[in-house]
Parts: sequence; C-alpha cells; structure tokens
Amino acid sequence: MTALVELTDVSKFYGNIRALEGVSLEVHAGEITCVLGDNGAGKSTLIKIIAGLHRHDAGTFEIEGEPAALGSPREALDRGIATVYQDLAVVPLMPVWRNFFLGSEPTKGAGPFKRLDVRRMRETTRAELLRMGIDLRDVDQPIGTLSGGERQCVAIARAVYFGAKVLVLDEPTAALGVKQSGVVLKYVAAARDAGLGVVLITHNPHHAYLVGDRFVLLKRGAMAGSHAKSEIALDELTRQMAGGSELEQLSHELARAPGPDVIGGRAVEEPDEGLADEVTEGTGAAGKPSGEAADKGGEGPSGAPAADRPRD
Amino acid sequence: MSAPSTGTPQAAEGGRDERLVHRSLVRRLMGRPELGSVVGAIAVFVFFAFVADTFLRASSLSTVLYASSTIGIMAVPVALLMIGGEFDLSTGVMVTSSALVSSMFSYQMTANVWVGVGVSLLVTLAIGFFNGFMLTRTKLPSFIITLGTFLMLTGLNLGFTKLISGTVSTKTIGDMEGFSSARALFASHLSLGDVDLQVTIVWWLALVALATWVLLRTRVGNWIFAVGGGADAARAVGVPVNRTKIGLYMAVAFAAWISGQHLLFSYDVVQSGEGVGNEFLYIIAAVIGGCLMTGGYGSAIGSAVGAFIFGMTSKGIVYAQWNPDWFKFFLGGMLLLATLLNAWVRKRAEASK
Repeated sequence: MTALVELTDVSKFYGNIRALEGVSLEVHAGEITCVLGDNGAGKSTLIKIIAGLHRHDAGTFEIEGEPAALGSPREALDRGIATVYQDLAVVPLMPVWRNFFLGSEPTKGAGPFKRLDVRRMRETTRAELLRMGIDLRDVDQPIGTLSGGERQCVAIARAVYFGAKVLVLDEPTAALGVKQSGVVLKYVAAARDAGLGVVLITHNPHHAYLVGDRFVLLKRGAMAGSHAKSEIALDELTRQMAGGSELEQLSHELARAPGPDVIGGRAVEEPDEGLADEVTEGTGAAGKPSGEAADKGGEGPSGAPAADRPRD
Repeated sequence: MSAPSTGTPQAAEGGRDERLVHRSLVRRLMGRPELGSVVGAIAVFVFFAFVADTFLRASSLSTVLYASSTIGIMAVPVALLMIGGEFDLSTGVMVTSSALVSSMFSYQMTANVWVGVGVSLLVTLAIGFFNGFMLTRTKLPSFIITLGTFLMLTGLNLGFTKLISGTVSTKTIGDMEGFSSARALFASHLSLGDVDLQVTIVWWLALVALATWVLLRTRVGNWIFAVGGGADAARAVGVPVNRTKIGLYMAVAFAAWISGQHLLFSYDVVQSGEGVGNEFLYIIAAVIGGCLMTGGYGSAIGSAVGAFIFGMTSKGIVYAQWNPDWFKFFLGGMLLLATLLNAWVRKRAEASK
C-alpha cells in the first residue's frame, strides 16, 4: 500500500541554518502520524514543506507514490493536502460562513452575474459544523468571537468538507484547556475514521498517544526517533518527549545547585553513551565545535538511549 | 435562523432562545460598519438645516450632491483598498495626471478627444498596476510606495505640462472632435424637474452599487475582506493575495480616470498642480464611512455616506454664510468625532454578541 504522503531524508536549509535534516515520515489513509518535538525542533518547517509553502532542499517528497515539489499552498490543496495552522488560517473579523469557504467559494450564475451562492454557503457551514457537534447560534458572527476549540473544529471541518485526503494539524491542542482538547482530538479521530491520513504536530505526548498510530520525534532539526504505536509505551514516549535524560539531569541540577565543575563533568560524560546509533548523524550534522559540546552536548544525544530501547 | 436551532434538542435550549433574543434588529443594524456614519450624516444634515436657511432648497441639495460625488467617486475604490488593508496616497494627483494625459495626448497627437480618453485610461491603469506591483513585489508599506508615486506624479504633471504646452495648464480642447460627446458622458447635467443634477452623481451611485455588489456577493469581495483581515490566512487557504491587491490599486486608478475625465471635460483646461491633498479627503470619507485603518472591515456604502458628510459640510458652511476658511477645521473635527463614534458603536455591537 503506497503512503498518501511519504518523506524520505528530507532536508531544508535557510541560508546556512539547518532547519531540517534527514527527516522521514509516512502518512497512510486512516492513520494518524504524530510529529513530536520541542520548540525549534523543525516541526513548523516540516509542515511548511508538506503544505507547499516551502520547497525541500534534499531528499524525496512523494504524494501517493509520485515525487512532488509543491510550489504553493493552492497546489497542495489541489493534491488533497489541507493544513490547519496554529493561527487556523481564519480571518477573525469575517463571519464564520465566509471563513469556511474562503478561497473555494461556490458561485452561481454566469458572466457578470456570477455571484456567491450565499444561501448554500450559510447552510453548508451550519450543517457541517452541526455534524461535528458545534451548534452555532449564528453563522454570521465573526469567527474571532468563537472559542479556540470551536475555531479549531471549524478549520478541521473545512478541510474535511473540501475533500482533503491528508490533513496536517499544527498544534491543534496547544492553547486549549483539557475539555476543549478532548473535543478537538475527537474530531481528529473522526477525520481519521473517515479515511483521511492525518499528520498531527504537537509537543504533548499524552494527546499524541491517545490518537496516534506512528510517532516521529524531532530534535534540533533532525529525526530523533520513529516508532509505531505497538513499539512504544506512553511512558517511554513521554520520557523522550520531555527531554528524557535531559530531564533527569535537570532534576539533579535543581536538587543540588551544583558547582560549575559538576555541570561540566556530566555534560562531557553524556555524549559518550549517547553516540550509539542513528542519532550520531543528528549530532554530527549539527556541526558543533567540540568546545561548545560541553554546554550544549546534553541536548543532542539525550534522545538517543531512549531511541534505541524499543529496538532491543 | 430559528429552524435549525429547534432541530437540536440540547440541554441549553433555554439559553439558546435567550441568545437569539439578544440579537434584535437594532443590534444587527448596529453591527453594520456604516451605522456610525449614517448617524453622523443625519446629525450634520439636521444641523445645517437649522443654521442655514437655504440648505434645504432643491438647488442647494443638488450642489451638495455634486460636491459629494466628486469625492465619492474616488472614495469608493479607496474604501475597498482600505478594506483590503492598504493605502493609496497618490490618488489626488493621479486624477490630475489622468486629465492631463487625456488632454495633452488629444491635443498633440490626434484630432479626436476619445483617443486621448482611451490612452488616459491605459496610462492611469498602468499607474495603478505599478503601485500594486511595487507593493506586492517589495513588501514595503503601501504608505511609502504610494507616497513615492504621489511625489513622482506631482513632478511629472508639472514637468510634462510645462514641457509640452509651455505653461502650467493645458491648451483648450473644446473645439476638438468628440468633445461634446465626451462631455455628455463625463460632465453633463441632467434636469430632474427644475433640479439640475450633475452626471457625476450617476457615476458615483453606480460605482457604490457595483462596489457593494462585488464586496458582498462575489468571490473577489470575499478575498478583499480576507487580504485586509488576515493576508497570511488568506494566502494559506489559496486566495490570490497579490492579484487581489493589484486589482484593488487598478480599481482606484479606474475611478481616478473617471474623475480626471470629469475634471477635463467640465473645465476644458487642466491645471497641472491640482489634486494635491485630495487623497486625504478620499481617505477621510472612507474612514468616516466605517473602514478600519487596519483593514478587513468597512463598506462601500459607508464611503458614500462619508463623502455625503463631506459635501454637506463644505457647502453647508457656504449656505450658512460662514467664513469658508474654517472648513478644514470642521472637517478635521468631524473625522475625529466620526471615528470615535464608529469605535464606540462597534464596541457596543460586539459586546452584544
């Protein structure tokens, strides 16, 4: 079965800045692929490549088995890839129904009398939202007056309605409370059950584990792990996500308020055990001068021990 | 609105009814962008009806409408442009440029003024395209781009006119072929009973109707709101942001062409230094009419009401036999009041939701 979207060793550079290197990812119909990573891990860059805002510089990007290099978001949409950004790509001052159809407005009439099919737009918006359980009192209200969760659901409903095959969600639960997050995750699962391939980008392993089928971990622009759900337990995922050994180190540091020599000693010691496996290329590619490794080294390899573990 | 709400038996049934009651007709009207300006227009009208005895005469009103229309024709596309999130400071002199090109091309190159009118349309649209193209290419603020165009056009107007005709105004083209038919289209009078109406009023109202239709009932209108309210979001869902903006600048240029031809055919000669400062009147009309300076909100009808307030004030002061030197002061005060009123009305309307 060919994947809907498949990235193999994809890299992206902004000038001399390595935003993404050697990242591979598969999205299958009816599955949710979660991309996890901390701030600055390259999640946004990855989305932008899939969504057609940026072109990748190396590696292959295949859509349903065909190599692709998307030139614009429109092109991505035409090939069935819809992206819901963190800002949701909604215009706050515009009514919900205008936002729902923005960029793909249905028209009726011909020539100079070609006009928006306003009635259909209003009714469809209301019906599609109702189907997702959002009961708007008025589709004419500016979308900026909806709650964060509702807006997220409008954006997802819009993508599903316009026949997306692949849905890319950028941190859909980031700014939401527990209850609203649950509602949004339910719609993500609903989209999956409808046969869409979903890419869920998040830094919350709990949310990811609830719905995800595959997990790709990003760290400083490189891939720090790729697991199927059967290969990894939530605890392990959380540990890797939360920084793994970094977190342990942090708790030590916080507990003891160590002197400078202690920090130095620990950081130098760690890369050795970390340089085990595929993560080596991640650290190596970062091109850190060895002196710098003393302070920063802890960050690169920290995922490594954990990344090996499931394979043992 | 009530049909689907009854179809969903939800726990908050009572709450929903309550919410619906809140949005009465008055509240809905208050949500319209032009409401503040309509209130302001009524206030200004009543004011001058009391202080100026001759204000309510039909002939006075037709003069007021004429003054409104000369601003209003330009205020319509300027309002669309502001809804689209951009400015144009070159509009005032662009009108003069359009008139100059038309007059001088006709005089120098041909015997028929219609050729000049056509060439002027192309040149003016090209100026509009230049503004839009520079804006979308350089990503500089429209304030800077059009300020540059404004200065360049001011210089070109004077320079070319002096170079070609030797003075600061154009030669008369009143005896040329096609002049009377062009005048009929751009600068004629229509008699309605004993009231004399300028044809610009027709142009104005037609443009308002067209712009309102485009804004509220076409895809392009949806895009205009979107590029002003959130250009990145619009781009992400596939709206051609750059094309929309360039189109808006060309719409401004088209209206400048109409205004320019009116200027030419009603006075026969064109002064090359005219038009400087008018760009602010157009913007004022649009802002009084409820356009947000930051884009994404406003209406074409509002710009018409704004232009009407301008017309009433400028002529009302004359009819009240005040010293017209004070006109700009009133205009400035009105702008502040209207904007405050707009802000207040919108806050009230949003609070009701």
